Amino acid sequence: MPELAPLVQVKSLSKSFVLERSWGGKPTSVLKAVDNISFSVAKGEVFGLVGESGCGKTTIGKLICGMFSPDSGQILYDGRDITHLNQKERRSLCTEIQFIFQDPYSSLNPRMTVWQTLSEPIAINGLLPKSEIGKRVDKLLDCVGLASYTKSRYPHEFSGGQRQRIGIARALALNPKFIVCDEPVSALDVSIQAQVLNLLADLKDEFGLTYIFIAHGLNVIKHLSDRVAVMYLGKIMETAPKEGLSNPINPYTKALMSAIPIPDPNRKRERILLSGDVPSPINPGPGCRFASRCFAASPECSLSEPPAQEYEKGHFASCFNAAPAN
Amino acid sequence: MLLEVKGLTTVFHMKEGAVRAVQNASFQAGKGEVLAIVGESGSGKSVTSLSIMGLVGEQGTVESGRILYKGEDLLKASKKRMQQLRGNEISMIFQEPMTSLNPVHSIRKQLVEAITTHKNATKQEAEEHALEMLDFVGIPSPKARMGNYPHEMSGGMRQRVMIAMALSCDPQLLIADEPTTALDVTIQAQIMDLLHGLKERLGMGMILITHDLGIVAETADRVAVMYCGRIVEEAPVKELFEEPLHPYTRGLIASIPRLDVSVKRLPVIRGMVPDPTLVPKGCSFSDRCDYCEDKCKRDVPGLASVSPTRKVRCFQRAGILEEKDEKDEKGGAACQN
Repeated sequence: MPELAPLVQVKSLSKSFVLERSWGGKPTSVLKAVDNISFSVAKGEVFGLVGESGCGKTTIGKLICGMFSPDSGQILYDGRDITHLNQKERRSLCTEIQFIFQDPYSSLNPRMTVWQTLSEPIAINGLLPKSEIGKRVDKLLDCVGLASYTKSRYPHEFSGGQRQRIGIARALALNPKFIVCDEPVSALDVSIQAQVLNLLADLKDEFGLTYIFIAHGLNVIKHLSDRVAVMYLGKIMETAPKEGLSNPINPYTKALMSAIPIPDPNRKRERILLSGDVPSPINPGPGCRFASRCFAASPECSLSEPPAQEYEKGHFASCFNAAPAN
Repeated sequence: MLLEVKGLTTVFHMKEGAVRAVQNASFQAGKGEVLAIVGESGSGKSVTSLSIMGLVGEQGTVESGRILYKGEDLLKASKKRMQQLRGNEISMIFQEPMTSLNPVHSIRKQLVEAITTHKNATKQEAEEHALEMLDFVGIPSPKARMGNYPHEMSGGMRQRVMIAMALSCDPQLLIADEPTTALDVTIQAQIMDLLHGLKERLGMGMILITHDLGIVAETADRVAVMYCGRIVEEAPVKELFEEPLHPYTRGLIASIPRLDVSVKRLPVIRGMVPDPTLVPKGCSFSDRCDYCEDKCKRDVPGLASVSPTRKVRCFQRAGILEEKDEKDEKGGAACQN
């Protein structure tokens, strides 16, 4: 893959949530949702974030969109620092960065018609004169495969897949360059999932978009992404180009890969079963986050955190016990 | 045969009219066999299992059909008899272990209650048996866990408790309704491995209800695919995945992104599952099907045997079998809507 200028760069980003405080106001219970994470996304690339619930993938998406503000670290968009913006600056950034939510049922305002949902952001940002908004809304609906006569309807009149299309149209309304897709297909039925995945791929080509694609299913991630980061409890365990995923290095990635059932009864695989549950992300100890469930763990794993190492070009993994880079 | 369902039709009476959630469903489940019922939301797979258990609720009625468990018709059984059968003979685990366990009682109390109601056991014996069961389903330090409440456990642990409860009275048939849908993938792998191992050890029959074809491929022996309340295809698992006959099954299998195969574009089934009150008159899949002909819109195809082990509900199945290599040509010519 040719080197492209990064559109979004995340540098040592951390975000924790305080769950409990002592009487003096000192935090006693802290959930480290995102812990010292760095990555960059090139223009026109689809960067996949995959992990199980509680690994911090959604928090990263929300940090980039300014829905949370980070404890430390930096977010650069097109070379500009957008870590701490005031409300006015943040609003103007809406025309650049947008978000597609997981649940198409709760992310649309039930009291607003499709027309209102789609025209409001255009009017507020003054992108188009009033007379042209109608045409733009029709075009948006056409892009996502909905008929223009549906614009007077309310969200409850649509099925889940159609609602997700409205959510996608809303994200496109301001002509953004960068979209964070937070599990856009996990609430949908199998036959609808494929339709929405194809739609997202088509829109990317048509408008030259860049995505961060968040999901818990490695198969969905691998289908759409160019590069994938595997997360576990607030840390990135492995970053690899799509092709590199078939040759995972970190034990967690291996386990995650083998846990995805393949719809082919003739392919019997050696399955890696992890023992135990995902441990609580509250007050984690030192060392590798995955050490407590890892089948390759050695004593040093629970003492210090393994640094990220490059194994092949663009393929990074953090593990003390992985085969050495050659 | 352990369980034989013949012509089951379950109807829900709603404001908009009667909705046939399950229509004329027939299938069998044998001892030591895993039958998977696959379908998308609204296909009637869960209602089928609730009908077997006699738990359809007040709005729904089983309109016709027979459910024979070891030859005894469950639809004619008294309430008391059903209560004896549930738990002792047929058990069920549900999708969301948080809502199906009682949040205000400890695990001990819930397990002991289940055992003492169904078995002639003292509280002491029941408690010992409960401990054994928790150990059996792989819960670490079961003694300490007995005093826990459901909210103190993770999703995977709760599902293990559900399984322990369902198996505590040695049922012959286990119905698992989307047992791993609410769980993370690595936990899903653990639970499916556990269920598979338990089935082997106890030799019970299992009906696995799921929307995930990956899970079906890895655990089932036989598969029934449901669409809009009807079984559209039934086949042994290998044959189904090697050569799906019904256009819906074909589309469904093709539309899953796979880890081991890379494609640029996913093949899709166009349109969406119709509203249950607006199902097409003929074949319910006719409005989404590439092989649809006039006949499909008029008449409902029957579930026909195409080989000793396979059944399919499609007028065009013969055409698909013969011309599967030229399916594009056929699809283009046949579909004029």
